[in-house]
Amino acid sequence: MKTHWQILVVDDEEVMCESLAAWLREDGYSVDTASSGREGVEKAKGRDYAIYFVDLKMPGGMDGIETMMQIRRLHPEASIIIITAYATVDTAITAMKEGAQEYIVKPCNPEEISLLVNRIIKVKNLQRENTILRKKLSRQYVVGDVISKNAKMADILRLCHEIAGLRSTVLIQGESGTGKEMIARAIHHSGDRSSKPFVAVSCAALAETLLETELFGHEKGAFTGAGERKQGKFEMADGGTIFLDEIGDISPKVQVELLRVLQERSFYRVGGSQEVRVDARVVAATHVNLQQAVMEGKFREDLFYRLNVIQIQIPPLRDRREDIPLLAHHFLERLSHEMGKDIGDISEAALKLLMDYNWPGNVRELENAVERALVTTRGTELSEEDFSFLASNGAAKAWKPPAGMTLEEMEKLLIAATLERSQGNIKESATVLGIDRSTLYEKIKRYEIQR
Amino acid sequence: MKYLYVGATPEVERAAFGAMRDRVAAEFGVAVRQLELPAVDFAYDPGRGQYASIAVLEMLTRVCPPDGLKLLAVTGRDLYIPVLTFVFGQAQLDGRVAAVSLARLQQQFYGLPPNQEILVERACKEALHETGHTFGLVHCSDGKCAMALSTNVRQIDLKRNEFCAACSDQLRRRGKGVRI
Repeated sequence: MKTHWQILVVDDEEVMCESLAAWLREDGYSVDTASSGREGVEKAKGRDYAIYFVDLKMPGGMDGIETMMQIRRLHPEASIIIITAYATVDTAITAMKEGAQEYIVKPCNPEEISLLVNRIIKVKNLQRENTILRKKLSRQYVVGDVISKNAKMADILRLCHEIAGLRSTVLIQGESGTGKEMIARAIHHSGDRSSKPFVAVSCAALAETLLETELFGHEKGAFTGAGERKQGKFEMADGGTIFLDEIGDISPKVQVELLRVLQERSFYRVGGSQEVRVDARVVAATHVNLQQAVMEGKFREDLFYRLNVIQIQIPPLRDRREDIPLLAHHFLERLSHEMGKDIGDISEAALKLLMDYNWPGNVRELENAVERALVTTRGTELSEEDFSFLASNGAAKAWKPPAGMTLEEMEKLLIAATLERSQGNIKESATVLGIDRSTLYEKIKRYEIQR
Repeated sequence: MKYLYVGATPEVERAAFGAMRDRVAAEFGVAVRQLELPAVDFAYDPGRGQYASIAVLEMLTRVCPPDGLKLLAVTGRDLYIPVLTFVFGQAQLDGRVAAVSLARLQQQFYGLPPNQEILVERACKEALHETGHTFGLVHCSDGKCAMALSTNVRQIDLKRNEFCAACSDQLRRRGKGVRI
């Protein structure tokens, strides 16, 4: 796992600098060079390198020790190797005292440098793996962890920041795999409730009675098998956030009880007579259109308005294609670490394929696709062939008009769908359909299409 | 038509050189041409008693024929780069020229009786390794692959005289016309 690591070589002698850089590049590292201490420090300001090779004797008022001290001020954990042609015990002691990780005398045995670099990179890999695993374990995402350069997503993230400190209920809507839970966790961890629990409940996974006891807990003897009093998720989330995933799937009975909790901030355990007061912020999420569910009578209108205090609509991945390369590289970096594979990049052709794909499963599907490509790849970068399974998925789902449909029916459907997409905008729809406005008006009238 | 040139400096033992040329031709599958190269005395550093490989590579870029896709030079001189005590060879990564030194591949360098078979085996592996670099390959984590980093002859002896599947695959992609 070398490709992710960058090395900086600082030496005033060009031939020394370039030959070490070339040797390290053959080993697969990406290497920068600097011809003076000052230039080295400037480069270190731009990024933290995995290893710094710094020559001890450099002219221009900044020697190796001074350069090292300035780099360490910028990056206290920097691994710095001091190189010198004139080894004395004094300089070695000074270098080590000031925080050099190693001290080598040139010319140096290639085996020695190779072992040294490998040892440092091994530690860096472990440190990085540790950070990734910790984050994965605690899932303490903050708003800054959400990867996107899409304008709509930027608005969402700004909103998340603003509302993180409030206790208002949030309703997150978005297709499956768009990252609703991640946004919920980001809201929780970016606010002052972050030290308190974040409790996630998947409402779709549980039957009505089970969901009730899961959310509100039960008293001892409330039903057969209730041997002990049990705390519900609302009590567990006291002071923190409760995340109710797939809220659109809950039964009418639980809807009533939820409405009560949202209104009164209190509830009764199943089989209990004592009111329990909680201070839990509710963040709900759903992949179904709740407004439509309300219209169809499947979801209580009053509960919908209680939940819909702050609404976040996460766009599907196909509507923010500019994020695909960012996300793909992010998953590549994380997963190649987890899988111990030295894959540093994704080819242009492969990225184009990813950009063109429709991603019905959204970000989750993209993550899985990168993982699958990593498992099967044989090169040092992910190529178009590594993602060939997507092309076959796409082909299988290629749209075909239903059998037995007339041209008129087809036209009617297409006009209705285009109008819906443009939210009834005639000018936009006419442009998309390639006809003029008057023709569109005429067809709308003829086919009696609702706008 | 572009050729992969394999050249030798005057002091190089011809039997070993012939074997290296044939191995490169077989592995890379392109038309290989042989070239006589000048001595590398200009690169000699009396302080170190060795030859600067950077200067050798610079000379190679000048003498590489216009129809040369790559030029691999074989020399009997002990090569070095300033920061290291020695190198077995050096290449321009994803470039045009590379050099292999036979000096430290010989058993007699380590006080052992000469052994032509061992020399040829090591020389062929290093020829593949340095030529691989000119096609953009970096060191391979598979210790048995010809592209594995070797900092001593034991490591060269442990390698196989061929590329691993992943490196072959990359060569196929990067080589554009190179058959492996």
